[in-house]
Amino acid sequence: MTRLSTITALSLTGALIATLAVAQNDPIMAAVKARQAHMDLNAFNISVLGGMAQGAIPYDAVAAQAAADNLVTLAAMNQMAYWPIGSDSASVEGSRAKPELWAQMDDVMADANTLHEAAMAMQAVASGGLEGLQAAIGPLGGACGSCHEEFRVPQ
Amino acid sequence: MGSLLRGTALLAIVGGGLAWFLTSPDSLNAARFEGLTGDPIHGALVFAIAGCASCHTAPDSVPAAQPVLSGGRSFASAFGTFIAPNISPDPAAGIGGWTDGDILTAVMRGVDPDGAHIFPALPFDAYGRATPQDMLDLVSYLRTLPADATPSQPHQIGFPFNIRRAVGGWKLLFRRDGWTLQGDLTDQQGRGRYLVEALAHCGECHTPRNILGGLRRDQWLSGAPNPSGEGRIPNITPGALQWSEGQIAAYLKSGFTPDFDTAGGEMAEVIRNTARLTDADRAAIASYLKAVPAVVSAPTASGG
Repeated sequence: MTRLSTITALSLTGALIATLAVAQNDPIMAAVKARQAHMDLNAFNISVLGGMAQGAIPYDAVAAQAAADNLVTLAAMNQMAYWPIGSDSASVEGSRAKPELWAQMDDVMADANTLHEAAMAMQAVASGGLEGLQAAIGPLGGACGSCHEEFRVPQ
Repeated sequence: MGSLLRGTALLAIVGGGLAWFLTSPDSLNAARFEGLTGDPIHGALVFAIAGCASCHTAPDSVPAAQPVLSGGRSFASAFGTFIAPNISPDPAAGIGGWTDGDILTAVMRGVDPDGAHIFPALPFDAYGRATPQDMLDLVSYLRTLPADATPSQPHQIGFPFNIRRAVGGWKLLFRRDGWTLQGDLTDQQGRGRYLVEALAHCGECHTPRNILGGLRRDQWLSGAPNPSGEGRIPNITPGALQWSEGQIAAYLKSGFTPDFDTAGGEMAEVIRNTARLTDADRAAIASYLKAVPAVVSAPTASGG
């Protein structure tokens, strides 16, 4: 073979091996990253509503409704694949999900339901004026908090 | 030799007597409560900000309109594990048989109806600063809650920390009358000081303690290790907390931090209580937090 094709072949092989090595951890880390991204999307949409509620940004009915609709969509997503066994805080670096979460799935589903309901309550009032929006923020925070309280490792 | 022995014995008797006197249970001045009647409706709000349900409901209970204060929750400390007692109106298992004076002396002075000291897991040092009216309102509200017959469990503390009389010495060393934040305060800051230092007892978690478990008031609200072992309770003085007053007040209402993460851990439960305050009271707490001395805490291993 020519020098160039040898180098190319070796590089590609090296890259393939590296990819396979990463892929060994990939399913777990991919799930962890996906669910953290899901939480970031929650925070992003809540920041629109919370910003309006606190007067940090002007109330905008269209933007508020869009954010509230997104929260309902997010809350209704099927999260099964986010939570593979072995992706808890004791097993994996970078996860704050306590092992208890997998042992108390009923509580987790109840908390998820509470969030969905709080999001729907917000959805119903988001474009109807600032006061309604402000009143619906509290239950959202409470719903997020009830799951984090039990199942997320404190900082 | 004989006189030395006699002298030592005399010293021991006098010293022991002095110790006995110094550690004797303190009482409440009944005159402060004369002519007052408790309002249970306002008492519900005092109950919320004083956080009674957060410690005295059963470990797996869910928040309820009429909390059942059956006790049972455990609190780890350097001295052992304390278990919250039943303070429901049950006459046998709870405080149904206690007079108003009994209950007030317990929560404001840390002395039970038998005259024994109560362990300072109960923040009587804070509650002792509350107004007689607020405390009387609280008592009348407590009496409206459901009775529960679950017996209180004994604390799991070993010798010598289980000697209740010794708590008298602890009180002598560490109980303080008067406010921690001194100086001229605006009305709003003063209201915030009252809520924080007398009722919400934030200092009990957020202030570091010395080796005997007394609060280090020179480092007020500057953070402490979490007694449950996980993470650290943060520094909330201006030396570390950079949030605006509006952001602090919003957090106390909804649990959302300025970047819309949420309060987790024990703080989620606190937020359930502070959410019940008025906007003005939450703003007052925020103004107080901006007024306390800035303490810059040493960096921890976790960097937080």
